[in-house]
Amino acid sequence: MPDLLIELFSEEIPARMQSRAAQDLKKLVTDGLVEAGLTYESAGAFSTPRRLTLSVEGMLGQSPTTREERKGPRADAPEKAIEGFLRGAGLTRDQVEERETPKGNVLFAVIEKPGRPAADIVAEVLEHAIRTFPWPKSMRWADKTLRWVRPLHSILCILSDEEGARVVPMEVEGIASGDTTEGHRFMAPGAFSVTGFDDYATKLKRAYVILDPQERADTIWHDATNLAFAQGLEVVEDRGLLAEVAGLVEWPVALMGEIGADFLELPPEVLQTSMKEHQKFFSVKNKDGRIVRFVTVANRETADNGATILAGNQKVLSARLADAKFFWENDLRVAKSDMSVWTKSLENVTFHNKLGSQAERIDRIAALARDLAPVVGADADQAEEAARLAKADLSSEMVYEFPELQGLMGRYYIEASGKDAAIAAAAEEHYSPLGPSDDVPNAPVSIAVALADKIDTLTGFWAIDEKPTGSKDPYALRRAALGVIRLVLENGLSLQLDQFNDTQFVRHKLNLNHGALDEAQLNKLRDLLEEIADHGVFGAAWRTFREKFKQDGVGALEPVMGAVPDTSDDLLSFMHDRLKVYLRDQGIRHDVIDACLAMPGNDDLALLVNRAKALSETLKTEDGENLIQGFRRANNILTQAEEKDGVEYSFGADPKFAETDEERALFAALDTAEAAIAPAIEAQDFPVAMGAMADLRGPIDAFFEAVMINADNQTVRRNRLNLLSRIRQVCLGVADLTRIEG
Amino acid sequence: MSETSPKSFQEIILRLQTYWAAKGCAVLQPYDMEVGAGTFHPATTLRSLGSRPWAAAYVQPSRRPTDGRYGENPNRLQHYYQYQVLIKPSPPNLQELYLGSLEAIGIDMEMHDIRFVEDDWESPTLGAWGLGWEVWCDGMEVSQFTYFQQVGGHDCHPVSGELTYGLERLAMYVLGIDHVMDMPFNDPQTPIPLKYGDIFFQTEQEYARWNFDTANTEVLLRHFEEAEAECRTILDQEAVDPKTGKRIIMAHPAYDQCIKASHIFNLLDARGVISVTERQSYIGRVRTLAKLCADAFVQTEAGGWTAQEAGA
Repeated sequence: MPDLLIELFSEEIPARMQSRAAQDLKKLVTDGLVEAGLTYESAGAFSTPRRLTLSVEGMLGQSPTTREERKGPRADAPEKAIEGFLRGAGLTRDQVEERETPKGNVLFAVIEKPGRPAADIVAEVLEHAIRTFPWPKSMRWADKTLRWVRPLHSILCILSDEEGARVVPMEVEGIASGDTTEGHRFMAPGAFSVTGFDDYATKLKRAYVILDPQERADTIWHDATNLAFAQGLEVVEDRGLLAEVAGLVEWPVALMGEIGADFLELPPEVLQTSMKEHQKFFSVKNKDGRIVRFVTVANRETADNGATILAGNQKVLSARLADAKFFWENDLRVAKSDMSVWTKSLENVTFHNKLGSQAERIDRIAALARDLAPVVGADADQAEEAARLAKADLSSEMVYEFPELQGLMGRYYIEASGKDAAIAAAAEEHYSPLGPSDDVPNAPVSIAVALADKIDTLTGFWAIDEKPTGSKDPYALRRAALGVIRLVLENGLSLQLDQFNDTQFVRHKLNLNHGALDEAQLNKLRDLLEEIADHGVFGAAWRTFREKFKQDGVGALEPVMGAVPDTSDDLLSFMHDRLKVYLRDQGIRHDVIDACLAMPGNDDLALLVNRAKALSETLKTEDGENLIQGFRRANNILTQAEEKDGVEYSFGADPKFAETDEERALFAALDTAEAAIAPAIEAQDFPVAMGAMADLRGPIDAFFEAVMINADNQTVRRNRLNLLSRIRQVCLGVADLTRIEG
Repeated sequence: MSETSPKSFQEIILRLQTYWAAKGCAVLQPYDMEVGAGTFHPATTLRSLGSRPWAAAYVQPSRRPTDGRYGENPNRLQHYYQYQVLIKPSPPNLQELYLGSLEAIGIDMEMHDIRFVEDDWESPTLGAWGLGWEVWCDGMEVSQFTYFQQVGGHDCHPVSGELTYGLERLAMYVLGIDHVMDMPFNDPQTPIPLKYGDIFFQTEQEYARWNFDTANTEVLLRHFEEAEAECRTILDQEAVDPKTGKRIIMAHPAYDQCIKASHIFNLLDARGVISVTERQSYIGRVRTLAKLCADAFVQTEAGGWTAQEAGA
């Protein structure tokens, strides 16, 4: 059983692509081998900046011979049919057998495919893998048509067993396979040949190349933490950076250096970001958590133990940090004197060509944050001010240089300006939550600004009809919707989203139609905003508003306003879809959510979720599960009767027409349930309401057991149908059980 | 084999010239127009197109008006030098050739840490892109190394390898200088030693003032329009010159106008009169010119056109 070793040796592969590429090589080659019949025991893939390597062990020496038997036409079939059969099988008439069967003499072809030597298969599979390799970005070079991530220099491809190693002969665009590779570019230049994986890995290490990226990462981390530990310091963990750095070196040598004293006053995040982004340095902190050193990872050893390299790196870092310090000091000066310079300059920054500038956006967000403040328990003035300042740092020099520090720098600068800590915190927190695992802010001012920011984004893109489609969501609107959901639910906020969505839609309409409307019309739109605040939802507000302005006409505003309710409904249903995904991850079935979505007040997400959770729990009980059956039976009988009779049975069930105990018991049970459910729903105590509903299960089951609905006596029948209707009404008052799948 | 250390900025340039000449490059002179980078020299932009082999190296003075800092910033200049090498097709040992050039200017490979770090190059104004690296020496970027894939909207066949050295930064590192103005330009031991600042400090101030505050934007806007129109007019001419009866496509004169438009755009940008949205549109207009010039160049002999193939 031979082993296979492949190495594709090229110019430097981008660090971020290496590990994926090694896995792709493994998959492409091993899939191809298996498909051709070459099974194997194990395979491993490795990468360094200059090579992708695949080792396959215990592979078959040749693919197995296969035998296929095909049944053909009868021996006396027309000539054409026989010819076709022979052609398909690739055989001549004397190579096929005639066999007696119950249907007469039939032709049989036995096609034998001899196994092929592993080398032939490997050569084909590898060439195909190289030519179809899924690099995220690839290139041509010189006069070749082959594409690779960077110029491909050599292909090592050998099969080895007890008898020794043989090169698998192949060639791709003038690059012929061989048994040689190269070590470290500087520390061990020159080619050498290898006889198998162990020999390869050993010789590479002797030539200053650690083949396994994990081993390089471990070495880096081990050496870096040791350097830091020796000084009583600690390396700041950063797995992404560690993987990247491991992809930049073949022979890692960690070196620890000093950060100039001038720069130690910079915020630690600035130091860390600057060192990481520009220089790929690890940050090293002291016991107080301040960043005081760095670790850089060189790709070689030197006679001076890295002194020259470290000095060079230190110098570059000083130049970088001098820039950062310059930005920091300039920014602080602005922050301490007048931050409105920054907010003002956002007037010239386009947020989106239809949705206007960042400054206009901030105005809208500030207004909405004010509206939201009482609901989330924040001071309105503070919420508005926080919203106005939250994005001011986008004009700062530091954020221009390091966009990933947005928000955080805002916090530092607002703190420096002497404003309230809650306002400063909102600047940092209002972007959150960014992902499903990101923390949700819980300070009231931060919540107000974070919600306002996201609702403004959602309503804005809905207003200009730029909704996510399929996999395309360029403005991250799904993330924004999930953000709203998590902010509301995780803070247990009770708020009617419709009201705030509608309000913000009108604000967008104001912005979008700024040029098209005159001042009087704009003032009316502003009036409408107030109406929404009073009425809660757009429809009612719009009616009052029209009443108010009947005399001087609102016709000109109709086209502007016309679409708001539909757009707002559409946005709410989008948010409900996101909510379903969110709740599904928490184990709540989609039909349970649908049953609750159909109930009034579904724009209050906390209410909706409480209802859904209570229903979900109820359905898990035996009573709950059986109640659904009873409900369904009642509903079906009722619906059929209503269709047949052409009337609606909804009122007037009277115990005096009850003929059986079970019937009377159901009347009593429904009275009890109604009395318990109404106040529980009022108090939004869904577990109690659902419990009372589930208690109906016994009486309902007993009723169906004992009573025939369609009695001959029409009065009795009508009374029973009206009784079923009470079951339906009681249950539907809790949740739309018709949506529950059973 | 490590070289002796160079003593001055000009010695580094001279060593690069000697090195690349020895490696077979035609050592060209700077292009006589204002450009933002060595890539704009027609010896790179146009010559990277078409099938004819090419090998050239040259110093290119480059101007980036927005980078002006009145000579105060130790690393930033509105006028600086790039060293540019373009070889087509890219030779298989281009990385080794490049490393040889670093040794030639006194960087000892045994003591320094040289790294090729992913950095893909794109020039929206030239409609060009390529893949390659920024080359790091002890954590400092000392060169750009690019395999051109597309220029002026045309696929490069064969592919050129391009090397760009930021000369001031590289020289400051090799010479151990912290502020560019302190760098010896000629040999400090000569009777009249000149520092970089002796030559360029005053001009940095003068140009910074002009670039940022004085340049007449109306005139510049008009020049931009004129260059754009002239470029199109040149390319609209018949391929055959009515006077000589010869096929003369004026790709280079047209490209000069494209260069001009590009530089004027940079000046307008420094004057702060171009808004974010307009910016894209100006870049798009220059790119259109660059593409038209590339289209024209590949119809010339230097661009690989032959009467035979055209007739076939």
